[in-house]
Amino acid sequence: MSKFNVLLEELDLTLISGTTPEEFEGVYAGDLLSRAMSRVEEGNIWITIMSNVNVIAVASLTEVAAVILAEGVRLPDDVKAAAEEKGISVYSSDMTAYELCAKISSLS
Amino acid sequence: MSENVTFHFDVDGENFSSAGEASVLVKKKLRQLGISPEIIRRVSIAMYEGEINMVIHAEGGSADVTVTDKEVAIVLSDRGPGIPDVSLAMQEGYSTARDNIRALGFGAGMGLPNMKKYTDSMEIETKLGVGTTITMKVKLS
Ligand SMILES: Nc1ncnc2c1ncn2[C@@H]1O[C@H](COP(=O)(O)OP(=O)(O)OP(=O)(O)O)[C@@H](O)[C@H]1O
Ligand SMILES: [Mg+2]
Repeated sequence: MSKFNVLLEELDLTLISGTTPEEFEGVYAGDLLSRAMSRVEEGNIWITIMSNVNVIAVASLTEVAAVILAEGVRLPDDVKAAAEEKGISVYSSDMTAYELCAKISSLS
Repeated sequence: MSENVTFHFDVDGENFSSAGEASVLVKKKLRQLGISPEIIRRVSIAMYEGEINMVIHAEGGSADVTVTDKEVAIVLSDRGPGIPDVSLAMQEGYSTARDNIRALGFGAGMGLPNMKKYTDSMEIETKLGVGTTITMKVKLS
């Protein structure tokens, strides 16, 4: 387990929904939902550029610690509402998925 | 558990924003029943993929989940177009999803393979122009 709050500044994260998780364990980066569904594990950070409501369903089912939207992607209002309702922590960052992975790897 | 527990869901084919709802609910119920996290994970993945397939390929359908003391059984039934070639559809990477669906992140062609991989048994009954029924079972021990 790694502390989540060390990532906040280094990754330039903006909280879009939910609350800051205490900890996370491992990362999955990818946008294809049925691949993410089988690969994302409980407590992971999931990095994606997808922002439709199905991302929230997958994040909820896999029990991620947080979703990080790369490349400055934001959530449409209805998706944000779904994320809030399901209590999913979603962040946005201007970094690319690669930059996020490299940074997280160096910090944890 | 002495008695079987059953859940029934209608899966709306129009509505992408509710896709996955039945799976989320089943997950909650299984947790209340005290089913182990590993089993819940496998059921969730299989059910989600089947539910989404009914939404994107078959304009919706229904899901019935039965929990006994031995297994979780999931029956997904739709009146969609049917699957012309099941063994082709089962191949990883095979997908007929259109571009607008792919833009949402679907279409990896991993749904049916995931359903097979995460369940102990899976049977597909399908007839062109009539529909598809998929029965999956996950053993509890
Ligand atoms: N319920 C169904 N009715 C009709 N066709 C189906 C149904 N389920 C699957 N198919 C067909 O089987 C193909 C493969 O399904 P599968 O779930 O593996 O991939 P996908 O849905 O295309 O993409 P993914 O699940 O990775 O997002 C589909 O593209 C579709 O042609
Ligand atoms: Mg599918």
